Amino acid sequence: MDTKSNLSDLSAADDMKDKLIIAGKEFSSRLFIGTGKYASNKIMAQSIEASGTQMVTVALRRVDIQNPQDNMLAAIDRKKYLLLPNTSGARNADEAVRLARLARAATEINWLKLEVTPDPYYLLPDPVETLKAAEILVKEGFVVLPYINADPVLAKKLQDIGTATVMPLASPIGSNQGLKTKAAIEIIIAQATVPVVIDAGLGMPSHAAEAMEMGADAVLINTAIATAGDPVKMAEAFKKAVQAGREAFEAGSSGVKNQADASSPLTGFLRD
Amino acid sequence: MDIQKALYNDTGYNPERLAALLSPEAQKYLEPMAQKARQITRQRFGNTIQLYAPLYVSNFCVNSCPYCAFNKQSDLPRKRLTIEQACKEADILADDGFRHILIVSGEDTKFVTIPYLVELSQKLREKFSSISIEIYPVSTEDYEKLFAAGIDSIAIYQETYDRQDYAKFHKTGPKADYDWRLETLQRAAQAGFRSLGLGFLIGLSGWQAQTQALAQHADFLTKKYWQSKVSFSFPRLRPAENVDEKLFKYMITDTQLAQMMFALRLCFPDAEIVLSTREKPDFRDNMAQICVTRMSAGSRTNPGGYTQKNESLSQFEIADDRTPAKIVSVLKSKNIEAVWKDWDRAFIK
Repeated sequence: MDTKSNLSDLSAADDMKDKLIIAGKEFSSRLFIGTGKYASNKIMAQSIEASGTQMVTVALRRVDIQNPQDNMLAAIDRKKYLLLPNTSGARNADEAVRLARLARAATEINWLKLEVTPDPYYLLPDPVETLKAAEILVKEGFVVLPYINADPVLAKKLQDIGTATVMPLASPIGSNQGLKTKAAIEIIIAQATVPVVIDAGLGMPSHAAEAMEMGADAVLINTAIATAGDPVKMAEAFKKAVQAGREAFEAGSSGVKNQADASSPLTGFLRD
Repeated sequence: MDIQKALYNDTGYNPERLAALLSPEAQKYLEPMAQKARQITRQRFGNTIQLYAPLYVSNFCVNSCPYCAFNKQSDLPRKRLTIEQACKEADILADDGFRHILIVSGEDTKFVTIPYLVELSQKLREKFSSISIEIYPVSTEDYEKLFAAGIDSIAIYQETYDRQDYAKFHKTGPKADYDWRLETLQRAAQAGFRSLGLGFLIGLSGWQAQTQALAQHADFLTKKYWQSKVSFSFPRLRPAENVDEKLFKYMITDTQLAQMMFALRLCFPDAEIVLSTREKPDFRDNMAQICVTRMSAGSRTNPGGYTQKNESLSQFEIADDRTPAKIVSVLKSKNIEAVWKDWDRAFIK
C-alpha cells in the first residue's frame, strides 16, 4: 500500500471539514435547491436567491435545454448559480446516459445529477441502473452526483468508480417525512470519501439541521420550499437551519445524556 | 366504512374507502374532501398544471357507438388529414407553446394505420417533447412500433365497465370486443408506454359502480405495470350532433363529478388527473385549484380544426373555448404555473 498517497488523501479530507468542495469547486452554501413545483418562475427565482444557494438543479425533461430563452432557464442567473441538470424521469441507464449526453452537447455543462427512477409513484432510485449509468458517465468525463437510496454498499461502489458525491434520500422524494433512513445515512457519512448530500424527503428546516448535525456535507431541498405557504420565507428558514446544523457539527456535540447525574451518588462512599 | 374514517383516518386505495367517499352521505363532506385533495395534489405535483392539445387526424370510424358523433351511421362531413396536413395543424399548436400533443382519431383502420402513426410521430418529435395517442386498440407488437417512433403515452376509455351496458352500446364493429379493449392498457404498458390514461364515458352507466371498476383497473395496472403511471380522465357525455340524448340515463351533475374526482385523488395521490375542454370554464378553473394536474386548452375536436374553422364534423361541442394564452393567465391568477414541457424526446431512442 502506498502510505504517502493515503496520507495526502487524509489531509485532503481534513481540508474538507471546513469547506465543501465538489469536483474541485468550492461551495460556501451547503444548501442545494430544486426547481420543480413552484407556482411561478418568479417565485422560484426569489426563493433561490433567499436560500443563499450556489447550486440549482433543473430537470432536463422540464426545460428546453438547447434554448437559452426557455422560461425556467432564463429565470436562473447562471453567473450566480451552478446549473446542475438532472435526469429525472429516466427509467434505466440507457435513458439517463442518452439524456446526459444530449444535455452536455447542448450546454457544455458536464455536471449531472443522475436520477434513475423506474417507479413513477415513489420515484425510488434503481441501484443497479444507477451504478451502470454512473460508470459510463464518469468514464465520459461527467461530474456525476448520483441520487441513491440510503444504501452504504452502493455508496461505496459509486465512490470507487469516481462519482463526485453520493446523494442518499432521507425518505421518499416529495414526502416531507424527514430522516427516516438515519441509521443507514450515519454509516454512509462515516464511510464517505466524497461529500454526502442528503437529497430527498427533508420536509422542514429542523430535518435539514438534523442532517447537517449528523455530518452530512450538504442537503438538497425542493418540495418543502416550493410548496410552502411562503416559499421565499421557507427558503430563508432552510438557509439558517443548514448553517446552524453545520456550525453545530463543527462545534462538536457535548453528547447526549440519558439521565441526570444523581445528586447523592451511590458510590460516594468509595474514597480510597 | 364510515365516511369520517375514510376521509380522516385511511390513506390510499381500498374499495371500502372509495365506496364511502363516493356515497351520498359523503356529499356533506365535499368541502373537507376538496381541502384534502388540494393538499395532496400540491404536495405531489406542486403548484403546476401541465397543458396539452389534441390533434384530430380523422373522423372516419368503423364503429357505430350511438353516443359518438363519429359513428359510421352519421351522415356528416368526413375528413382525414394527410401527414403534411396534420403537421400544419401541429405547427399551430407548437406556435401556441404546446410541447405535449395528443393524436386522436376515429377507428379509421384503413387510413390511420401503424405506418401512418409512425411517420406522423417521427415528424412531430421535431417540435414536441411528448406525444400521446387516443386511437383504436392495437396489438402489443404495434404498440412497440409506436413507442419506438416516439409515442410515449396513451389514453383509452372503456366507455363502460358494465358488460351488459357495453354490449348494448357496442353491438357491431371491432369495438364490440369488450376484453380486447379492456386489455389495451396492459399491451401498451408491455410495449413501454409511460402514461396510461383510463376513464369511462360518464353517462352510460351508474357513476359510482363505474368509478369502483375504474379504480380497480387502475390499481391492477399500477401494481402489475409499476414502471408506468396511470392518469384519470373524465369524459362526460355532452350534446353532440346526431346524438340522441335520451339514450343516456346516467348523466351526472357537477357536484357528483367533483365528488368522483376528489375521491379518486384521495385514493390515488400520485395519479394524473386530466380535465378536458368538454367542461365549462368555471368548473375547470375551480377544479384546477383542487386536484387537476393536466388540462387541454384551445382544443378543436374536428380534423383540420386549427387551420380551417368549422369545416368538418366535431366529435363533441367544446365547453371551454378560451385560448391557451388565456388559460395560462387564468392559472397564473390562481397561483399555478402552466407547464408546457414535462418530458423529453431524448427518453426515446
